[in-house]
Amino acid sequence: MSDAAAVREQWDDPVASGARVLGEGVDTTHKGILYLDGISVSFDGFKALNNLSLVIDAGELRCVIGPNGAGKTTMMDVITGKTRPDTGTAFFGQTIDLTRMSEPEIAGAGIGRKFQKPTVFEQHSVFENLELALKSDKRVWPTLRSRLNGAARDHIAATLETIKLLPESTRPAGLLSHGEKQWLEIGMLLMQEPQLLLLDEPVAGMTDDETLRSAELFVSLAGRYSLIVVEHDMDFVSRIAQKVTVLHEGSVLAEGSMDDIQANEQVIEVFLGR
Amino acid sequence: MGASFVPLAPAGGPSLVRLLSPGGWSFYVAAAFVLFVAFPILHLVVPADSALHLSDYWVTLIGKIMCYAIVALAMDLIWGYTGILSLGHGLFFALGGYAMGMYLMRSIGRDGVYQSDLPDFMVFLDWKKYPWYWSFTDHFAYAALLVVLVPGLLAFVFGYFAFRSRIKGVYFSIITQALTYASMLLFFRNDTGFGGNNGFTDFKRILGFPIAAPQTRMALFAITGAALLSFLLLARWIVTSKLGRVLTAIRDAESRVMFSGYDPVYFKLFIWTVSAMICGIAGALYVPQVGIINPSEMSPANSIEIAIWTAVGGRGTLIGPVIGAAAVNLGKSWFTKALPEYWLFALGLLFILVTLFLPRGLAGLLARRKKP
Repeated sequence: MSDAAAVREQWDDPVASGARVLGEGVDTTHKGILYLDGISVSFDGFKALNNLSLVIDAGELRCVIGPNGAGKTTMMDVITGKTRPDTGTAFFGQTIDLTRMSEPEIAGAGIGRKFQKPTVFEQHSVFENLELALKSDKRVWPTLRSRLNGAARDHIAATLETIKLLPESTRPAGLLSHGEKQWLEIGMLLMQEPQLLLLDEPVAGMTDDETLRSAELFVSLAGRYSLIVVEHDMDFVSRIAQKVTVLHEGSVLAEGSMDDIQANEQVIEVFLGR
Repeated sequence: MGASFVPLAPAGGPSLVRLLSPGGWSFYVAAAFVLFVAFPILHLVVPADSALHLSDYWVTLIGKIMCYAIVALAMDLIWGYTGILSLGHGLFFALGGYAMGMYLMRSIGRDGVYQSDLPDFMVFLDWKKYPWYWSFTDHFAYAALLVVLVPGLLAFVFGYFAFRSRIKGVYFSIITQALTYASMLLFFRNDTGFGGNNGFTDFKRILGFPIAAPQTRMALFAITGAALLSFLLLARWIVTSKLGRVLTAIRDAESRVMFSGYDPVYFKLFIWTVSAMICGIAGALYVPQVGIINPSEMSPANSIEIAIWTAVGGRGTLIGPVIGAAAVNLGKSWFTKALPEYWLFALGLLFILVTLFLPRGLAGLLARRKKP
């Protein structure tokens, strides 16, 4: 019971559960949670990333924009361990060297990635989707014997609240709308208690109303988690952005508030092709 | 599997599904009463000339069908819930049957045609002693162990390599089909030491009891019924556990399961091995009741029939495959008496009709009537 209460308390307190404090593993004592420094990746001579440097603060909501081929996806691949950089370093917090870790290790360390297309377990209820994603011992025997305790139920309920799917908890996920599925998948990422979330075009294909609600969701997640949102939808970016990074030809072209970015001559040139 | 949304497994709410609903428990108790009280009385106590008497024919037939139902249940765990279609489950069934058959052969003692310590087929082949793998099979406990271990071990080793190599879908089905076919050819050979194409038959006794006595038959019948009811509960326990939800998740979106931190290989291996062991037990219960085991049980057609029972009954429902096995086999025994040459046509037609009009099988039909 005391355990459950402790977990509950931690969950309710954004600072205690958030990335700002010394969590298990990730050392964010110098404010930053992700440090990319001088990263270059080339595929058959094509430089997908060219001396890219980027720092994300703990609890920050960072939007990354850029024209096609600017290296947005490659950057995500480097962070999640799918692609190894030719040169440069990538650190998660002060101590964790991402370039030496495998994909599952990085996921376990606390970096969650959401791909563009939503994949949820369609035959399972929304609740069960979150239950399956819950951070737990995932070997065969413990899974067979696993019973949901109060703390886990609370955790699931809190996540349902966050992603605004509490009323849908018993519905099969296959019956959800496209937008709801996207939120559910984000909820599944949250169940794994990540420190940093990478979201790849999270509002593509959403209705205006769903886009609006997604904006609210991401803003509410910032602070508790650090988020990197890659998005094409400028409207959406200007609605949620605290700080925007513009990528162009594999490196950072500009960084700053949305207003700064919109006034930046170079950015206008790249985007409008002048 | 398909694009359309057909909930194959019941989608449980947050309260997580109970083992059985109150209705399920009353059905369960009723089934136990029929199997353990009504049938024995009708068979053993009610005189043979009474209209209510349950004849030997029916006892054997129902006993046999219950063995098939256990196999269909095992098939549902791997196919209905995990989405892996095995076309080789007849092999595990036959292996369990052969393990039991070895014990039954040794129980014949010197009562065989040649009045030798060796089974007749070995005398016929002029063998002087038992091959090494027949050692200790005169002990019932050891044979019972083999019933579970041999199918289990084969499934484990085969499954480990198949699942680790990410063999899926129709490729997996074809390999299992090849495995059972190859085993059938192996068992057909006299040199393999399992009686060649005649297999084992002419059993005299089991655990000292005469195998043809009505009481013995009734006991075997009741044990089979108890096994069926127990495996229903075991299967229900598995599919309502979190592991069960992982299995259905593997069926529906395996890559997402991996992203969520589970290794599908070991989950598949677990349910695959459990399924094979259950089949082995079904085979072991089948052989003393039917009185024969031969390599034809390993024929590809037999394994395909298991898949048909499961599909007809309704995948992912547990009770469906039990109903399917019963319905198809009752139909089969009627057809093979009345219109023997048309049975395969009827079976094919049934399979097509069920696929077209009852995607959730007979169990789906029942569920629809309950909730209009």
